[in-house]
Amino acid sequence: MSDVNRPLPSLDIPDTREFWQGTKHKELRYQQCATCSTIVFFPRAHCTGCTSSDLTLKVSAGRGHLYSYSLVRKSFHPFFEGLAPYAVAWVDLEEGPRILSNLTGIDDPFTDIHMGMPVTVEWEEHEGLCIPLFKPA
Amino acid sequence: MHFKRQPVKKLRKVRDILSDRTAAIVGIHEYPHRFVKGEVSPLQIKAASAEKALQDAGLNWSDVDAIYDAGEVGDLAGLYISEYFGLKPNVIDTTSVGGSSYEYHAAHARRDIETGKAKVALLTYGSNQRSERRFFDPDATQPADNMENFSGSTLISNYAMVAHRHMYQYGTTAEQLAEIAVATRFHAMRNPQAVKAMQDLGFPEIRETTIADVVGSKVISDPLHVLDCCMVSDGGGAVVIASPEVARNCRKKPVWIIGTGEATKYPENGGDITISAGAQSGPTAFAQAGIKPAEIDIAMIYDSFTITVVTLLEDLGFCNKGEGGDWVSGGRLRFDRPNDGPALNTDGGGLSSNQPGMRGIFLLIEAARQLRGESTSQVDGASLAIAHGNGGLLGSRHAAGTVILGGD
Repeated sequence: MSDVNRPLPSLDIPDTREFWQGTKHKELRYQQCATCSTIVFFPRAHCTGCTSSDLTLKVSAGRGHLYSYSLVRKSFHPFFEGLAPYAVAWVDLEEGPRILSNLTGIDDPFTDIHMGMPVTVEWEEHEGLCIPLFKPA
Repeated sequence: MHFKRQPVKKLRKVRDILSDRTAAIVGIHEYPHRFVKGEVSPLQIKAASAEKALQDAGLNWSDVDAIYDAGEVGDLAGLYISEYFGLKPNVIDTTSVGGSSYEYHAAHARRDIETGKAKVALLTYGSNQRSERRFFDPDATQPADNMENFSGSTLISNYAMVAHRHMYQYGTTAEQLAEIAVATRFHAMRNPQAVKAMQDLGFPEIRETTIADVVGSKVISDPLHVLDCCMVSDGGGAVVIASPEVARNCRKKPVWIIGTGEATKYPENGGDITISAGAQSGPTAFAQAGIKPAEIDIAMIYDSFTITVVTLLEDLGFCNKGEGGDWVSGGRLRFDRPNDGPALNTDGGGLSSNQPGMRGIFLLIEAARQLRGESTSQVDGASLAIAHGNGGLLGSRHAAGTVILGGD
């Protein structure tokens, strides 16, 4: 493997371990507080709404809308410089979490991306985990 | 060239507003070099700046009894910095919140002086990020970053996503954002230090710019162009803040700290990224100062990018949320149009004068220059200024520090 790869997340950080383990099974996991119903994302061991530690692990259907994006023309990272222009995006999942990712499956990034457009998760496979990207729905 | 600001806008006389004088900026220095080619260390920049700022105040190293440090030269700054300076301060504050650190330091210095813990506070900054080509690198051990780093989001794309959303929600245009770059360059061209900075950093064209120049420049991360982005320089500076008793005997006219506010913001599910932490820190600072945004003569607003300034001006209450693009249009923020509103970043800002990574200290320095009457784009009669720092990333997690200053 060349060293020009996407930077992958660590599987060893306690808060985010379960999330990234879930991606191996193409599950987009998030948490909901059993006490106050707050959606917690990124994952933590406590609820950000009421500090309860009684959190339920849920799986998103992977559908959402484009909250905002930018087409990156210049990156100092060799993998992303090779990908440019690529779209970095905040996606609002239907269940509530807002996730930062990339858009994929776009024919012409200069004309085919629109604020608010519906998107759906597209998994990019790696050894031991998958990366959740989003494509037009 | 000086421009006189109409005094009628003031709701009250400044001397009444300043009835509660508890701490003042008495010494300032901006390190003059923006590209040290690795020949000077950040610590040396800090010490050289401290010496000059103390001279400016008419004070000595031995007068300093409180140190404020953002830790930019490494971990355990509170341990190393006093030794390096050769001081034994009673107060050591290492609040580190990126570019807004110095607004926090000013707020904390005033608090420490008010409570009698200190009399002379020293804030310093030094950076050679340009020489070392060291750029923003999020800490991947943070769980938040471990969820985001795979996306290749850059510093610029983080702000660009705020700009896109601002355009989408409010109809803000690229031309309106460009107003910020044009106004700050207009001021930079009057500041010999800024002109020299642009020369030393190899700017291709060093001249006043137009809206067309900015929107016609290369796109780096849609919708932001290269001229929407700050420079990357070396540099540093120092600020000395003192008690009223000390301030009375200093060489220069004191610049009083009359209101401060601190706040933080981070990504939230369903949140609005067009609103910054400034919407929380600004009202706190204005309420403490007992003044309104319309009374401000000089707005020193963190200009990492043009969108940063438009967002922050709205959040600080200079205009309504979403109306910033319209409000800044027509050259309103130039120093020679003082009746239209505050003069913005009269030193040339991070866009065109000085941005070594954490620009917040220069906001205090130029605000103090204006209230002393020492700016290269001086607004005559300027008596109230705001310095608002934004540290971290506007489009995700950041800290806001607001400081309101009044001249005697």
